Amino acid sequence: MGGPVRVVHYLNQFFGQIGGEERAGVAPNLRPGPVGPGLALQAALGKEATICATVICGDNYLAEREREALAEIGRLVAQEKPDVLVAGPAFSSGRYGMACGAVGSFVARSLGIPAVTGLHPENPAVGMYRKRVFIVPTGPTAAKMVDAVRAIAPLALRLGRGEDPGAPEHGGYLPRGIRAHRWSDRSAAERAADLLLARLAGAPFESEVPLPTYDRVPPAGPVDPRAALVGIVVEGGLVPAGNPDRLESARTGRVGLYSLPAGDRMPAGQYEAVSGGFDRRHVGADPNRLLPLDALRRLQWSGAIGRLYPHYHTVVGNGADTATVDQSAREIVAALRDAGVQAAILTAT
Amino acid sequence: MAKELERARIPAVLICTMVSVARAVGANRVVPGSGIPHPCGNPDLSPEAEERARLSLVEQAVALLATVPEHGEPVAETVAG
Repeated sequence: MGGPVRVVHYLNQFFGQIGGEERAGVAPNLRPGPVGPGLALQAALGKEATICATVICGDNYLAEREREALAEIGRLVAQEKPDVLVAGPAFSSGRYGMACGAVGSFVARSLGIPAVTGLHPENPAVGMYRKRVFIVPTGPTAAKMVDAVRAIAPLALRLGRGEDPGAPEHGGYLPRGIRAHRWSDRSAAERAADLLLARLAGAPFESEVPLPTYDRVPPAGPVDPRAALVGIVVEGGLVPAGNPDRLESARTGRVGLYSLPAGDRMPAGQYEAVSGGFDRRHVGADPNRLLPLDALRRLQWSGAIGRLYPHYHTVVGNGADTATVDQSAREIVAALRDAGVQAAILTAT
Repeated sequence: MAKELERARIPAVLICTMVSVARAVGANRVVPGSGIPHPCGNPDLSPEAEERARLSLVEQAVALLATVPEHGEPVAETVAG
């Protein structure tokens, strides 16, 4: 393909130099060439690309009338036949960030034109649009405009030329959560062996898949169990038979809260486990195998435990992602703390 | 879950079978359970033996509440038939 890469630039009413909040309702319109920060973007792109037009839309217009706005913006963009769309950058801005994400995503999907924007990594638009729009990480405010457009320009050029943007850390954009296959001239076994040898030799190495890191919490307590109010939390979704609250068997953040039966054990036939992640028959036959109430009552009577909190919480770990689990955990912890629970026993399948 | 409780200064003991996962995630007090489908039970035992094993397991869990553990060291032997 000959000639410079054709770029259309998307801006909101403020950066598009139409006005401030009072003009946030302005409908999509087009100006030829670069406008406002487009001039800095054009300087960063140099001779290899031309911003042929700038599309401007009010943040409120787009937020309130998204479908119409995107249809009109799509029409304006398509007319210009660009190779790539650059939106923003929007930094930490809420509405503008969402607008850049929505416009980029629409253009990429409906017109097949790659889109790139710049957002602060904590902008909520990142989570929503990272898969469909290339998002270059920026600082929090437009004070960093020059840095941002200088980071966006090389990626825009690669995308506009139809080149492979490369993996996120090399391409300068936020990971999209997409697995891309790449060919290697060495088998996985050879690469794994090389990684292991490098680690054993203390040489630098790079894991092909980044491993999650978990924080460490210093242990609480100790407590004297003979004096403590002890709470029970059960994974596996242990619910009264019939599952009256319809606790889901997988992928749920809901927490069940039920009374401990007053007797000396969990009575067979009155409870069931609903998690789909394990064979539930054994717990069905004897729920004490998941919530060991018989043992707990004996320890209570012998004085080894002070008191048992008379309710238990239950969760289903099957298919739960860490964010969901963290949220359920916080809910349960707040409830136990409010109840004055001083120690907890958790059982998990 | 165990970590959130500890963060709120409520010591927590986790009875589970996948101890290595619990330790990797950072649980401080872990007692190995007696099997994924029956963490506090063992259907291969007679009912009396199973109840004794369960009591022993829960006693070990309660004992951990009274200790300050080295990180994630499970102290119990796996309950077996």
